[in-house]
Amino acid sequence: MRVPLSWLAAHVDGLPTDADAVGEAFVRVGLEVEDVHRGPELRGPLVAGRVVEIEELTGLKKPIRWCHVDTGSHNGDDGPRGVICGARNFVVGDLVVVALPGAVLPGGFPISARKTYGHVSDGMIASARELGIGSDHAGILVLPPGAAAPGEDATVLLGLDDPVIELAVTPDRGYCFSVRGLAREIAGAFDSDFVDPEICVEVPPADGDAWPVELDDPACARFVARRVDGVDPTSASPWWLQRRLLAAGMRPISLIVDVTNYVMIELGQPLHAYDAARLTGGIRVRRAAVGETLTTLDDVERRLDPDDLLIVDDSGPIGLAGVMGGASTEIGEAGEGGTIDVVLEAAHFDPAVIARAARRHKLPSEASRRFERVVDPQLPPVAAERAARLLVEHGGGTIAPGRTDAGAAPALAPVRMPLELPDRVAGVTYARGATVRRLQQVGCSVAFDTGTDGHGVVVACPPSWRPDLVQAADLVEEVLRLEGYDTVPSVLPPAPPGRGLTPVQLRRRAVSRALAEIGSVEVLPSPFVGPAVWEAFGLPADDVRRHTVPVVNPLDADRAALSTTLLPGLLDALVRNRARGFSDLLLHTVEQVVLPHRNPVAMPDPDVADRPTDAEYAQIKAALPAQPVHVGVVLAGDRELRGWWGPGRPARWADAIEIARLVGAAAGVGLRVTTATLPPWHPGRCAALRVGDWIVGHAGELHPKVVEALDLPPRTCAVEIDLDALPLRDDRPAPQVSPYPPVTVDVALVAAADVPAAALTEALEVGGGDLLERVRLFDVYTGEQVAEGSRSLAFTLRFRAPDRTLTSEEANAARDAAVAVAADRFGATLR
Amino acid sequence: MSQSTDATSGDAVGADAGRSDAALLKPEALDDAVDAARKAFDAAPDLTALAVVKPAHLGDRAPVLLARRALGSLPGPARAEAGRRVNAARTQVQEAFDARRTVLETERDERVLVDEAVDVTLPFDRIPRGARHPITQIGERIADVFVAMGYEVAEGPEVESSWLNFDALNFGKDHPARTMQDTFYLGESEESGLVLRTHTSPVQIRALLERPLPVYVVCPGRTFRTDELDATHTPVFHQVEGLAVDKGITMAHLKGTLDAFARAMFGETSRTRLRPSFFPFTEPSAEVDVWFPEKKGGAGWVEWGGCGMVNPNVLRACGIDTAVYSGFAFGMGLERTLQFRNGLPDMRDMVEGDVRFSRAFGV
Repeated sequence: MRVPLSWLAAHVDGLPTDADAVGEAFVRVGLEVEDVHRGPELRGPLVAGRVVEIEELTGLKKPIRWCHVDTGSHNGDDGPRGVICGARNFVVGDLVVVALPGAVLPGGFPISARKTYGHVSDGMIASARELGIGSDHAGILVLPPGAAAPGEDATVLLGLDDPVIELAVTPDRGYCFSVRGLAREIAGAFDSDFVDPEICVEVPPADGDAWPVELDDPACARFVARRVDGVDPTSASPWWLQRRLLAAGMRPISLIVDVTNYVMIELGQPLHAYDAARLTGGIRVRRAAVGETLTTLDDVERRLDPDDLLIVDDSGPIGLAGVMGGASTEIGEAGEGGTIDVVLEAAHFDPAVIARAARRHKLPSEASRRFERVVDPQLPPVAAERAARLLVEHGGGTIAPGRTDAGAAPALAPVRMPLELPDRVAGVTYARGATVRRLQQVGCSVAFDTGTDGHGVVVACPPSWRPDLVQAADLVEEVLRLEGYDTVPSVLPPAPPGRGLTPVQLRRRAVSRALAEIGSVEVLPSPFVGPAVWEAFGLPADDVRRHTVPVVNPLDADRAALSTTLLPGLLDALVRNRARGFSDLLLHTVEQVVLPHRNPVAMPDPDVADRPTDAEYAQIKAALPAQPVHVGVVLAGDRELRGWWGPGRPARWADAIEIARLVGAAAGVGLRVTTATLPPWHPGRCAALRVGDWIVGHAGELHPKVVEALDLPPRTCAVEIDLDALPLRDDRPAPQVSPYPPVTVDVALVAAADVPAAALTEALEVGGGDLLERVRLFDVYTGEQVAEGSRSLAFTLRFRAPDRTLTSEEANAARDAAVAVAADRFGATLR
Repeated sequence: MSQSTDATSGDAVGADAGRSDAALLKPEALDDAVDAARKAFDAAPDLTALAVVKPAHLGDRAPVLLARRALGSLPGPARAEAGRRVNAARTQVQEAFDARRTVLETERDERVLVDEAVDVTLPFDRIPRGARHPITQIGERIADVFVAMGYEVAEGPEVESSWLNFDALNFGKDHPARTMQDTFYLGESEESGLVLRTHTSPVQIRALLERPLPVYVVCPGRTFRTDELDATHTPVFHQVEGLAVDKGITMAHLKGTLDAFARAMFGETSRTRLRPSFFPFTEPSAEVDVWFPEKKGGAGWVEWGGCGMVNPNVLRACGIDTAVYSGFAFGMGLERTLQFRNGLPDMRDMVEGDVRFSRAFGV
């Protein structure tokens, strides 16, 4: 909302002339100042001039005019000034703006007398854009007749010295979409007297209806019609009105349009003007029927929704209520006698209905912007009267005696508030009387009562433009903001002792930190995916990861679902880093993934007047998809870089699995590794990570086809673990640390090559019994010295007793027992 | 081994061989032996040379040891006196040897250290440095600040019900504020009741529905709005939300908490300023500006977030008696906080995952 300072000053006594001070005051009471537009950088002399003679110059490449302009006291010795002008939108007798030699126009454009086209051009006739007051450059600025006398300083006339404040209005303050509302706010901020423009308009008693109106739908609570007959539609709007519209950011168009816009900005009530001659029968307000259409003023045919509220006459829809009028009843050519009979509509609509319609038809108009935030329902007769009089004053004609006033303004309920509540909420003791005075400033009428506890209660009747004041808290805010938030002191509340981070939160941090400490860089990949990545991953059609939650309104149609895995986003980041010249990469992320349920539960929508039932709340949670926190890691290039110490070492499947084990360790869980086959991993280089037998993730090298399809570095590896699936271990056993010396024994076992090392290790652990402290694989051998299809795995077994020095006989016996289990389970033999 | 060493030791051994054992017991002979040993030891340039000359002066055939063996041939009283002389000479030789060895060992130790010197400026970046994303770090930092004040960290899902994201937070079904926050709708249509949470505020509702009163929680988390990615917007971003619901909570408590938060984040001179605003879930509502001492171009106010007293409608939707309890809530964007705190020019850096960006912030 843009408003020139002078317009506000007309309604606020003693308003400061400093736009910054006014802006700061607006901020104090809760309106955000988006900008303060000062006059353009311009130096005079700039005067009004009347065109007295036009000579068309011929024989030039483009039409040029040699004009004589009467600039009053600024005329030369031989009368009007001669000015060369290329624009053609003016005639002899028109009032224009002349920049005289010595003037500097916006953009540092100096004006001087210069010889051109065979004449000395003694100044310049300016367009609105050249003057910096609008974007209109279609022709020069022609002022309405009588706007000024020739020679009068045009700087003031054009309002170039009148700053315009641009404000952001929050949705609860629809009334601030008007000069009336803003003036009231700024008066409150300065504790000044406010002159309501509404009370300056006397609404006389009417004689009958102006037009037959029937309201068939409660979404239109009130509809006022007023008629002005015999308006000359070609009349120009007065300059002061045009200037205020320009300052407010609207383009003057014609008297009738300008007047409805002006009254809307002044009072906040959107108006619509119908050409009475083009109305067919009475006006009705109803919802649209299925399949109905309406061609709106912008000449777009719109298919209507049964929720749309319509203004109709006997011919059908003539307007989308509160959003945009129809083309068929638009003010058109003047009828007989060069005049038009205008029917003015000033109505009150249900904000929600207008909001939905504006959204549905993507038609955010000045009208809908106001209606969807509630307009003062007492305004329609006032606004219609104001517009009618402006039309008569500047366009002639007469106001018809009748006025239609269908429906009624909804009444607002009084709000009760304990007198000391503002003090209690703010933690401030306000001056006596402050609460009542502030409530009166916003327009409430205030009475007193005594509450059941014997304390004083304020009973405030909100003004008609403040339907947002419905509970005591709303009144509290009015008092606090007008008294100033800067009066609220700073006090720390005594919070009870907390329990610190939960084990789950600590675990997430530990994992994130552990990964960073081994050289991984955390990234925050996008959660949005599309089906293309599942193809690239080679997921079968029934793979559960293809079952995603769709996004109704995605930013990118190719990624219109929420990912079930962290890998697509991580691989995107890998590719992006590679494109930026980084080839040795280890990236990780810890985020939620979204796993929809196979059988969706309906989402309940409980009432908000009280707590939802436990069943309702449980159902809300059940209707949401599962969203476990996963850990994802991708790596490519060298895990260890080359350098003066020697060659680099490429990242490989074993790194991925070791990283997975690290994640487990950071979470306090030893992960079991078993072989697995799961795309997008390499079928021979994929490990399932298990807690017990429960699979919690996978790690390994990606399938070469996936690497190719996604243009990844060769041998790219990946890990994904469901962190939430790991059990929380908050009771780790205290280890028994024996002080006695160990006996270490090496064994080399030959077994079939497809026996996993982890399985042999486990067999040794089982067989080794209590004396076995640790099994560590230290060598793997395949070759001539073992049979084909076999391999030799060399282990160090460390034995130790808790209570004595172990003898080598005991250790050997335990070793034999360990080997026996390996032999028994896998046919392993000692090499 | 140098020539002079050879000559010295040769002389000594030669002298030994040429004398009768008894002659060795003469004081002059013992003095000569000690003298010769000293010369020989001192002439040894290193420990190896010292070891080579040692037998000639301290070995079995060394003059002082041969002299000891000759003691038996002397009569009693003479033997005792000669014994003392021999022992003294033996001790002197041994001391000379030990002294020289100490000197040479020290020299050797020092030489080894010099020889082992390396270029310590050689880089050993064999495994590149890892890093955690600054959003994660600042989220944890904020959580820690509030945990220290007695708050607990509450969390919730990112795919959220419209009821928790809007309705329970006093956004009416057609409230224009619903369109203020450009929402990603999920499922088959906008009516499915599933959204990507547009703010962390639904976690407030979850906390109030699930926790016993009083509630003091802070909720950092990922949030989503349909803003195209550019230098100042990202569709996926992060917020932190604070909520306190207790008996007698006032706006002064809100101000005090925000001031403490500002000091923890931006230094002791920082503080906050409240400007009236509107949010459906708070009444009164305010925008929070923070005094940022390191602001570009000089200390000044920076827009930081929103806050207010929890709207009684929100408390009612959670079944809380508004006559007894009141509360405050506040929320800030983590990206925005990082942007002005660290002077980050472009929001895209936060989401693109360039390793240079995260690495700048360390672990």
